[in-house]
Amino acid sequence: MTALFDRIAKAASTTAFRWSAAAVASYLLAAAFLIGFLFSKTNDILTEQTLAGLRAEARFLLGEAAAGGAESLRARVAALSRPDGPGLYFLSDAASGKLAGNLNRVPPELAGNPDGGIFAYQPQRTTNGRPRLAVAFPMSLPGGQSLLIGRDIDDQRAYAETVWRTFLLGFGALSLLGLLGGLTVSRLILNRMDTITATSRSIMSGDLSRRIPIDGTGGELDALAHNLNDMLDRIEGLMSGLKEVSDNIAHDLKTPLNRLRNSAEAALRESRGADGYREGLERTIEKADELIKTFNALLLIARLEAGALEESLETFDLGALVEDVSDLYAPAAEEAGFNLSIEARPGVRVRANKQLMGQAVANLIDNAIKYSAASGVGNAITVKSGALGDGAFISVADRGPGISACDRARALKRFVRLEESRTKPGTGLGLSLVAAVARLHHGEVRLEDNDPGLRVVLVLPRRCMIASVSEGDGRRLEVAAS
Amino acid sequence: MREDFEISIGSNLMRVLVIEDDRETAQFLQKSLKENGHTADLAGDGEAGLGLAIEGNYDVLIVDRMLPRLDGLSVIKTLRSEGNRTPVLILSALGEVDDRVKGLRAGGDDYLTKPYAYSELLARVEALGRRSVPEEQQTKYVVGDLVLDRLSHRVTRGGEHILLQPREYRLLEYLMQHAGQVVTRTMLLEHVWDYHFDPQTNVIDVHVSRLRSKIDKNFEKPLLHTVRGAGYTIRDGPV
Repeated sequence: MTALFDRIAKAASTTAFRWSAAAVASYLLAAAFLIGFLFSKTNDILTEQTLAGLRAEARFLLGEAAAGGAESLRARVAALSRPDGPGLYFLSDAASGKLAGNLNRVPPELAGNPDGGIFAYQPQRTTNGRPRLAVAFPMSLPGGQSLLIGRDIDDQRAYAETVWRTFLLGFGALSLLGLLGGLTVSRLILNRMDTITATSRSIMSGDLSRRIPIDGTGGELDALAHNLNDMLDRIEGLMSGLKEVSDNIAHDLKTPLNRLRNSAEAALRESRGADGYREGLERTIEKADELIKTFNALLLIARLEAGALEESLETFDLGALVEDVSDLYAPAAEEAGFNLSIEARPGVRVRANKQLMGQAVANLIDNAIKYSAASGVGNAITVKSGALGDGAFISVADRGPGISACDRARALKRFVRLEESRTKPGTGLGLSLVAAVARLHHGEVRLEDNDPGLRVVLVLPRRCMIASVSEGDGRRLEVAAS
Repeated sequence: MREDFEISIGSNLMRVLVIEDDRETAQFLQKSLKENGHTADLAGDGEAGLGLAIEGNYDVLIVDRMLPRLDGLSVIKTLRSEGNRTPVLILSALGEVDDRVKGLRAGGDDYLTKPYAYSELLARVEALGRRSVPEEQQTKYVVGDLVLDRLSHRVTRGGEHILLQPREYRLLEYLMQHAGQVVTRTMLLEHVWDYHFDPQTNVIDVHVSRLRSKIDKNFEKPLLHTVRGAGYTIRDGPV
């Protein structure tokens, strides 16, 4: 019993219940005001109508008195005065003595009131019954006589009373129903909320795999549960991603750290005099520089993933930048036995971070040189840039071994490095960085088959575009920058 | 023909103020700069550093970005607002994307990210120190018999015209502007190419060796030297 009471008390304290109670209360208040107004207006109108009828009758009786004299009036009033009729009359002489009528006196409520009004009277036949309500209208007649004519309005009033009582009953029933409804709704919501709370508690205590049950009614609570579950899926994905990332970072930093330590130890062990130590220290510094490079690359990727670089955006010609960076690498590529060809279309103006785009192009060319060297298939590296649909693109294609189709998606995942890349010089984070730069600019990186070889395409979306020269006629197409 | 040099002892000795809160780093810089013939004063926080920078007559300020009491950028802003134009090298552990722009916007002249190689820092400090010596806009750079005419963009050696690509010309121009000083690969990448990113491989070396083959190859005395562990320098005669 107390448990039930507790549950009701809990439901009653919910927001849902308070709101439904407030809604019921304001509805009832409005209804009470309306009905009360109608009730009093109806009574007023009915009384007024009765009085108007009385006035007409009074004019008729006055006409009778003027034509037939006082006696004729007395006879008419006596004739009209039926013991239980709705019409009430009291004709009196100058000394207030009763001449005719079915009333015995002027009702005290009307004494000295020339406009008439409502009064209570005792019907003649039922002497012990309750008094009835009537409305009456007094008038003075020539010769000191006075006449009071009235109508019984008790039935009318009884009807109005019935309506009023019915309304009160309804009012009570509605309040009760409203409160019960509110309680039920709150209870239902509370049950769902309790489930959600319980689930979120167990998630907070570490069980990320828990999900909020969905009852399949498709209501807004189901929609909420769906959204919360989606959010949980995303968080779980991010968490496992983070674990993967920290594993990779640990590997990427610990390996060069270990190499650094090894080279320092080796220098200490092999006592070969000053020159030997010097060489060992130089090798150690070299390893430290490698480590710093990897660390910087990791840090830069992390910063790019965090997004937002509004301050450093500039407007520049993409083709010019691509050509410029390619020129920087061309001698190095030639030296490594490659033929670097550039097909950069001028006039594609973009709004982006120039340094990062430059770094992306540099990384792509550097990767192409590193990973397609000594492949024997070919030694051509082709760098292209231009417009692509609404946006722009940069592509670097080589004739190396490429990346197999099943490894491509993985190669682009943040921080992921294909096993092979770990043994090559450099940080091996080049492609991850390119992908991060693309994501930062709301673009994407596609890995395609160059047949043979790999073609990496960095696609910039429309929002990065300032202007583009259309193919062929060289007409300038202005593209709205978002 | 290549010759390796140890890090140079600069011809113009400088007074440097190091505003750095990490004592070990500061003392390392002081000791190292002294070994290179410069003098260095230390300040451990922003306020002390600002006071010294205003009173003392320094050739270069080395300012760490994150300092107690008054951060590095505020120190530089205050200095600049008081009309002090001493060249400032900003040292920062913060990454390079937006921070560099912010640092230079605050009034810094150069920006170096930690961790750095000392040779890189020395080269930059010496390059900045040179700037503080009021130097008229030279129309001609001369190193030995190598002449670069900045008006006609002509390069001659021993009166012989040398044909250079535009980029090679700018590379040589920057090297000759800093004749006698060490110029690092990163400085070349930043000033000749205007790139502030890690080029992954030593792409600069190939450009320099191509330039070297044009200006030094057919001449007995090499002018463009590789400085081991640091970068390049152009000068007439060894040390």
